[in-house]
Amino acid sequence: MIELKKINKSYQVGASPLHVLKDIDLHIAEGEMVSIMGSSGSGKSTLLNILGILDSYDSGEYRLNNELIQHLSEARAAKLRNQYIGFVFQSFNLVSFKNAMENVALPLYYQKVPRKQRNKLALEYLEKVGLGEWATHMPNELSGGQKQRVAIARSLITKPKVIFADEPTGALDTTTSHDVMELLRSVNQEGITMVIVTHETDIAELTDRTIVLKDGRIIESNSLHV
Amino acid sequence: MFDLDKWNEIYQTVRKNKLRTFLTAFSVAWGIFMLIILLGAGKGLRNGFERDFRDDAINSIWLTPGQTSKSFRGMKPGRNLVFENRDLEQIARDIDGVEYITGRFTKWNQSMSAGRRTGSFTMRSVHPDHQYLENTIMSEGRFLHQTDLDELRKVAVIGKQVMLELFDGNNPIGQYIKIGDVQFKIVGWFTDEGSQNEESIVYVPVTTAQRVFNGQNKLDRIMFTTGNASLEEVNRMANEARDQLSNRLVFDPTDNHALYLNNNVENFGKIMSVFNAITIFTWVIGVMTVIAGVVGISNIMMIVVKERTREIGVRKALGATPWSIVSLIMQESIVITSVAGYVGLVAGIGCLQYLKNLTKDPGIFMNPDVDFNVAVIALVFLIVAGAISGLFPAIRAARVKPIEALRYE
Repeated sequence: MIELKKINKSYQVGASPLHVLKDIDLHIAEGEMVSIMGSSGSGKSTLLNILGILDSYDSGEYRLNNELIQHLSEARAAKLRNQYIGFVFQSFNLVSFKNAMENVALPLYYQKVPRKQRNKLALEYLEKVGLGEWATHMPNELSGGQKQRVAIARSLITKPKVIFADEPTGALDTTTSHDVMELLRSVNQEGITMVIVTHETDIAELTDRTIVLKDGRIIESNSLHV
Repeated sequence: MFDLDKWNEIYQTVRKNKLRTFLTAFSVAWGIFMLIILLGAGKGLRNGFERDFRDDAINSIWLTPGQTSKSFRGMKPGRNLVFENRDLEQIARDIDGVEYITGRFTKWNQSMSAGRRTGSFTMRSVHPDHQYLENTIMSEGRFLHQTDLDELRKVAVIGKQVMLELFDGNNPIGQYIKIGDVQFKIVGWFTDEGSQNEESIVYVPVTTAQRVFNGQNKLDRIMFTTGNASLEEVNRMANEARDQLSNRLVFDPTDNHALYLNNNVENFGKIMSVFNAITIFTWVIGVMTVIAGVVGISNIMMIVVKERTREIGVRKALGATPWSIVSLIMQESIVITSVAGYVGLVAGIGCLQYLKNLTKDPGIFMNPDVDFNVAVIALVFLIVAGAISGLFPAIRAARVKPIEALRYE
């Protein structure tokens, strides 16, 4: 599903370039649930952004679903994200003036799905994450856990190949965190590849494999915990 | 472009920032309002002026003899020149394009009477064509005929004011008016759109007057119209008339005091070009005002984009193309500008209508009006302005990198 070969990425910080990712080689198979760990500054967010086609890389090769992701126009990148990728963010990133259902339906809007149809689908996915009754509530009327469930429903609605979750539990308490992880696991069991960035060991332990980044290199890739 | 969701989103953002949106929208509405008022006022002035000109034929040339101020062909300056009947005949015969022509032999402030009533009025003795040159409007009866001149009839056509003063407003036709010691039979009375002075006049046949009032064959003025001739043609006719008269009366054609040549076509053209300049000036001011409003909207949209950077980033992560973001921002600014502009347009036109009804008897200001074309142009201009004001914010929004936007706190 995901193939990285010698990926390099540096940022210009002031006068000197900051080499964030150094020769990253990585393979994630279809249906895997993987966590990426690392302290802040280890390059894990950058890696996730490149994987999510939100950012470009300097050298190397990235294949997603066997498609080479390189030098894409913004429109093409947008289309690929819409087709293959679902995002779950630490701060949920729901659109504040849209209710839960409209938020879930938003990706389908960019696929030009008619309004009625996408709202119907959105309702189905909200029920799937257990929030059917909250469909007409605005984001500020929902708890953190509920917001993250809405965000997960939103990431699922396009039936993506892979979901990237950036600290999905970072803003949640322990109980809610585990609920969210369970939800992500059940999504994964439907065959969707799951990549979770986290700095919490107990969250990482809930995944199939942990990739540890340090100073822009992968220092460990184990599948100890199952 | 016109799906419900975008409208909904525009509605949401506008509602979120009511006052801010209102204030910016107001600046655009004000700009258009001012533009419409200024254009209407310009048009009103022009209408008023054109009406004032209706008094006399605007396609006319007036020739009045004066006193020479330059020596010419051995003649000393300081001679008083006088037109004669043959000058008029020559102009009518030799100059191509003369439409109507009349001479004038005027006696100012003549004591006139009818029955026991007396008054002081101006007597103009003219040719029948004078009716067209002065735009005399016959209310009852007829104007002078060529037969009146040929047979030296003692007939008169009197103005409305004369009728009111001497006949108390009763039908004067068939009655007699005494000018000096001579009785003239009244054959008609008239009104004139110019002024009351023009209605305090009595017209008599020029031949009769020259005979009765010892005018010999003298004329004070020769006037003729030029039909639909172009300005060039008209200027040619004026020059020919000048040359002809300068030959006959022996004066330097460059002597501006010997012959007063009043080319109304040229004068009218000059005044109209002033009005055209005013119109252009009005547009410039109006457009500048609107541009100030547009800059305001652009500014607000910039702020909107900045505030929504994170949301735009999310949308992009979810698959929004740059174009869909651009069109969202553009549509919002076009909607705000158009709605505000339309309000200003309607308010401006309403205001003009009110002014129009208010000034029933207008002075120089008549029928302030904006024609339909101008309104359409203004609307198109507004939509373009809205698009321009949205352009830069939209470009900025399209450049938002989702990754940076998501980091943005």
